[in-house]
Amino acid sequence: MESILNFISENQQIIYIVILMIFVGIEVIGRVPSVLHTPLMSGANAIHGVVIIGAIIVMGQAPTDNYLALILGFLAVVLGTLNVVGGFVVTDRMLEMFKKKK
Amino acid sequence: MLSNPATARKGNLTAAFGMTIAIIGTIFLYRNDEGQKLGNYLWIFAGLAIGGIVGTLAAKKVKMTAMPEMVSLFNGMGGACAALISLVEFNHLSHEIATQGIAVAHTGKLLVIGLGLLIGSVSFAGSMIAWGKLNGKVKDFSFAGQGLLNMIFLLVAIAAVIYLIIDPTQGHLIYVILVLALLYGILFVMPIGGADMPVVISLLNSFTGVAAAFGGFLYDNKVMLTGGILVGAAGTLLTLLMCKAMNRSLKNVLIGSFGGGNKAAAAGGSKEQGAYKEISLSDTAMVMSYATKVMIVPGYGLAVAQAQHTCHELEKILTEKGVEVKYAIHPVAGRMPGHMNVLLAEADVSYDVLLEMEQANDEFKTTDVVLILGANDVVNPAAKNDPSSPIYGMPILEVEQAKSVIVNKRSMKPGYAGIENDLFFQPKTSMLFGDAKKVLQDLVTEIKSV
Repeated sequence: MESILNFISENQQIIYIVILMIFVGIEVIGRVPSVLHTPLMSGANAIHGVVIIGAIIVMGQAPTDNYLALILGFLAVVLGTLNVVGGFVVTDRMLEMFKKKK
Repeated sequence: MLSNPATARKGNLTAAFGMTIAIIGTIFLYRNDEGQKLGNYLWIFAGLAIGGIVGTLAAKKVKMTAMPEMVSLFNGMGGACAALISLVEFNHLSHEIATQGIAVAHTGKLLVIGLGLLIGSVSFAGSMIAWGKLNGKVKDFSFAGQGLLNMIFLLVAIAAVIYLIIDPTQGHLIYVILVLALLYGILFVMPIGGADMPVVISLLNSFTGVAAAFGGFLYDNKVMLTGGILVGAAGTLLTLLMCKAMNRSLKNVLIGSFGGGNKAAAAGGSKEQGAYKEISLSDTAMVMSYATKVMIVPGYGLAVAQAQHTCHELEKILTEKGVEVKYAIHPVAGRMPGHMNVLLAEADVSYDVLLEMEQANDEFKTTDVVLILGANDVVNPAAKNDPSSPIYGMPILEVEQAKSVIVNKRSMKPGYAGIENDLFFQPKTSMLFGDAKKVLQDLVTEIKSV
């Protein structure tokens, strides 16, 4: 229990950010018209691809002789990139269509 | 910037740009606690290249109607990525523990790793099932006691996370968590079908966001944290909005009461049906060309038949003849909220003639002809006046206010929710049977010759 409290106090700043981002997230969605919900969902999908940063860190820290870590990390990087790149490209394609109107 | 279709694209590009900076920054500037830089550049760049190329190709090639599958697939990749990170980090940590002994400082890290793995795996397994379902490769599947079993899986997995925090030397528990989470993800999405899928996709999306945020905690990385939480919060809200559009509580969606409602409806389904009347193609063409205002209600049938382009053609021809044509779009038409708008936008339909539900409902009174293209449940009056109906209370497009209604369907079979639609038996309504694309093409030819 104590260690959890410690953890909270150590990461106070981060917890503030979390709370702030929750509000920002709600605010952002609240303003988006329902016509854009699909691109929004796929855009959000691309954004949570930030896990890739974690994957890169994992990869970069893996000792060169630890093949399990290397392989898992490599997979993580590939999948994360798929998520990010695919997500943004798909979203862009969708939004491009909305733009074509005269 | 996302609040307007015109600027949304720029917003998306900005986000992509930010992400690129974050990635490059991480690769070259990251230093761990001991101030070491990252290594294994070759692996990293190879991974980035493969993921990037495959991702771009897949995203460029996918058909607009298959968009929900794609989103779901990419989402699963993100979830898997988060789960893999947790696995590797745990191995790393347990190695540290084995050599240096248990330190209190690990508790937070273990919590984050455990939850990241749990949520990431659920999201991955769930998304894969959702992807298969939208593809039509996986069928709805449920069995008695499934809900209970699911609950047990989840609780045991959570218990395992807690136990692991208390005693981190029990390294094998991490695989118990992984397996249980994967099973939970599969079983959780399995019974959900039809109109509830978008809700699940959106929910899984926010799960992955949360998993990414845990990664942010793990590495004390603000970008990951912010992005993850942003998506988590936004996704949750979007999920709730969707539920509201269908007048279903999230709990109902997750338990899958459409399935239950189905059986009930089938049991008491001997309700008086009356007769429906059919309309011929040429009559439809006639009625539509002499109308002053036509409202098109596109539905899933249109999407399946890939008829959005033909639909736009019909709209153009009618407009040339001086008919006012608009589209009435239900928030959950298509397979994702707003999916129909994307499909119509693909066919170049102007954004200005797309009406949202409330607007459309105001305009039905002054509409001469409503053409319903493969939409069932979103125009079912039972949602308004039959409290025993499973969709009772769901906001619908009130098409029966228009002077006449023409419904295009392939057969009299009920739609997604499996509910009979009284609308089809009303005197105002005529049925026009056939595949949406074929019918629309013929209609265009007919109207040209009127």
